[in-house]
Amino acid sequence: MKIINSPFHFKGGIHPQYHKDLGDREAIRELPLPAKLTVPMSMHLGAPAKPVVKVGDIVKAGQLIAEAGGFISAPVHAPAAGRVKSIDQTVTAPGRSCQAIVIETSPEQEWELMPPIPDWGSADPKTLLERIGAAGVVGMGGAGFPTKVKLSPPPNKPIDTIILNGAECEPYLTGDNRMMVEHADHIAVGAQIMRRILGAEKLRVAIEDNKPDAIEAMAKAFEGVDGDVAVVRLHTVYPQGSEKHQIYAVTGREVPRGGLPMDAGCVVENVSTVYAIYDAVVNGRPLTRRVIEVTGEGVAHPANLMAPFGVSYAEMIEACGGYVGKPAKLISGGPMMGFAQANGDIPCGKTTGGILVLPPREVSNFTSQACISCGRCVDACPMRLIPSELSQLIEAEDIDGAANISLMDCVECGCCAWVCPAHRPLVQHFRRGKAIVNAKRAAERAKQQEAAKK
Amino acid sequence: MNPEVNPNLLMVSSSPHAHSGASVRRIMLDVLIALTPAFSAACWFFRLNALRLTATCVLTCLATEWVCRKLMKRENSLGDLSAAVTGVLLAFNLPPELPTWMAVAGSVFAIAIAKQVFGGLGYNPFNPALAGRVFMLISFTGAMTTWSRANWSYKLAAAAQDAATAATSAAGGLADALTTATPLGMAKAVLKSGQAIPGFQPSLFTDFFFGANLNGCVGETCSIALLAGAVYLLARKVISWHIPVAYLATVFVYAWVLKICCPGSALPPMAHLLSGGLFLGAFFMATDMVTSPITKKGMLVFGIGCGVITMLIRTSKTGAYPEGVSFAILIMNSLTPLINRATRNRVFGAKKA
Ligand code: SF4
Ligand code: SF4
Repeated sequence: MKIINSPFHFKGGIHPQYHKDLGDREAIRELPLPAKLTVPMSMHLGAPAKPVVKVGDIVKAGQLIAEAGGFISAPVHAPAAGRVKSIDQTVTAPGRSCQAIVIETSPEQEWELMPPIPDWGSADPKTLLERIGAAGVVGMGGAGFPTKVKLSPPPNKPIDTIILNGAECEPYLTGDNRMMVEHADHIAVGAQIMRRILGAEKLRVAIEDNKPDAIEAMAKAFEGVDGDVAVVRLHTVYPQGSEKHQIYAVTGREVPRGGLPMDAGCVVENVSTVYAIYDAVVNGRPLTRRVIEVTGEGVAHPANLMAPFGVSYAEMIEACGGYVGKPAKLISGGPMMGFAQANGDIPCGKTTGGILVLPPREVSNFTSQACISCGRCVDACPMRLIPSELSQLIEAEDIDGAANISLMDCVECGCCAWVCPAHRPLVQHFRRGKAIVNAKRAAERAKQQEAAKK
Repeated sequence: MNPEVNPNLLMVSSSPHAHSGASVRRIMLDVLIALTPAFSAACWFFRLNALRLTATCVLTCLATEWVCRKLMKRENSLGDLSAAVTGVLLAFNLPPELPTWMAVAGSVFAIAIAKQVFGGLGYNPFNPALAGRVFMLISFTGAMTTWSRANWSYKLAAAAQDAATAATSAAGGLADALTTATPLGMAKAVLKSGQAIPGFQPSLFTDFFFGANLNGCVGETCSIALLAGAVYLLARKVISWHIPVAYLATVFVYAWVLKICCPGSALPPMAHLLSGGLFLGAFFMATDMVTSPITKKGMLVFGIGCGVITMLIRTSKTGAYPEGVSFAILIMNSLTPLINRATRNRVFGAKKA
């Protein structure tokens, strides 16, 4: 199995402090089953899932409890056996509220699995794809895009390269690294299932060079796998895990503006997702749990836990020895792109990769100043935008002006704000600007549809 | 001010939740550190005058900044150190003999009119120190162009006796002008008299480089000290090489082409590079972040523009000013917004032009 150095390097990016040693000291361990699970219906991108159980129903672990709510959606399965206590509203990490099925877990755990497909190598690709959809697999790297949709590109967009994203470029987070080290063989199987579905000729595992163990484990796991397979050793630079930049680093192709990875002939899938694909096909196990890392200087014993969906952040932190001192920030995800939470009363879901607790000394508190045009944000922006100019336009409420130059190309990676000596809240401006543009565009579309109906 | 906060709730803010630790204050501090070698050289050459002017300008700038912020009811901004930087740079651009009150006037103008009127650091279209200097050049032309250092041009005369004597005899009185002039002032005077500028003895470049025996502004004469500061700024990534290199290269090439095409119409290229305020301007003033372009491409355009304008002013027979660095940078400052607009980078994923 080849290990190649990444042939291309994107411009921009930053080198933050990684703090990865915190949570990466021990193997992944199982979280003891909590008494109650609040399972959100929106753990993916697209329409929320629709509950198919009623209050009072007894469910088995792995049983379907909500079906996909549309084409871009995913079903939800019971993470544990128990009784449906209620169907409520809950708030999820990005701050939106959605329906949630609350399950009181029972001491006896009985699983209801789908029939395994051990002969996946000769199975019909359609069957495999259906299974991935039925198991509720979604992108676990953060966005939660339904994997079945991602693996069904239209026929006019041929895919020639599959990239397993093992970059894990966010500081602090090590869950993907642990998955690669401990489950390399399973991930390799998942990758071959993807290859069978897409018929792509190249398979690449992209890992940053600060994870030598994962590189070695993955290279070993792919030993003897036929075809054009290679581990690509990427430079350690944030945001190496961004889909667009990873595609560039591996293939030298730029995803066109406003386009998707498939427009560059690629599918990128996070390694934990690939493991879920393996689990769904080979073991018939739907996606009901994942590795969630609890880390940061504000937690007593940082660790990677295998946890069922629906457990609360507070319980996860408790399982890791609780807070050390008074926490300053509780973040869902990593420090660069994660969502700050007001409290720990938030359920974990399919896209929860990490729970980060920062003590006051790790949190930068500041007042922002006027832009001094130092250009550092311009040099750091991996999309090669002019963050200073964009933020000034948005500050002046000239949202259209900002959209006209390049606002919508921003991937919200945070590099610009990280380097800004004037501490300008650049990403906050861009989020707000993009939300306004998106709302405007949606309203226009609705108006057009309205007009078309008449 | 603070609304009642539930103590059990944690702080919520947009990502990113980490920061590099960079700050405006640190950048300005680095600039001040980078200016210390030149300041030491200035104190060595001009003794108390260097100290007097620098202290006057820095203190006046800080005081003016403080008063302006008070009057505008904005928060105090002395802590970002930008006013101190302006003070030092302005002092470095003054003739050592300048009366103190003029330095005070220039400093007040630099901070109050060229900076705070526009809203303070970040909003000023022109480099405040240069704006202050040009204000003084226009208001106190005499004092701003009087140099009293001992005659340095005797070396020149010895080196190119024929040319120099020819020049002096033809122009009459020119000898007086030559004894107390900056190298560029001398060149201009000769140029205006219709004579050819003589060639230089190589040993003279050593003087240019170390600044010994030269007339010039407080901080501009010692090229090597300025270079040391510039290396520090480059190493600290406070400035990038683009503006200074484009600027210096343009001046050099321009002078070199002149030397080939019409010998006698300009000083040798090395003399142009090392004389006047070019090093100070190229490394410390043209690179002022607020007033220079934001993309690397834009910086190159800016540097080339500065170089061309500087040389146009230095070598024009009809122009009044022997030195063009301040005007060149100010003119390019005014073009910065345009350059920024014209030199945006190609967005990732956009079609290659
Ligand atoms: S957040 Fe947007 S503007 Fe800032 S560096 Fe990332 S892509 Fe560029
Ligand atoms: S990094 Fe900050 S201060 Fe510098 S140009 Fe960008 S927005 Fe302005």
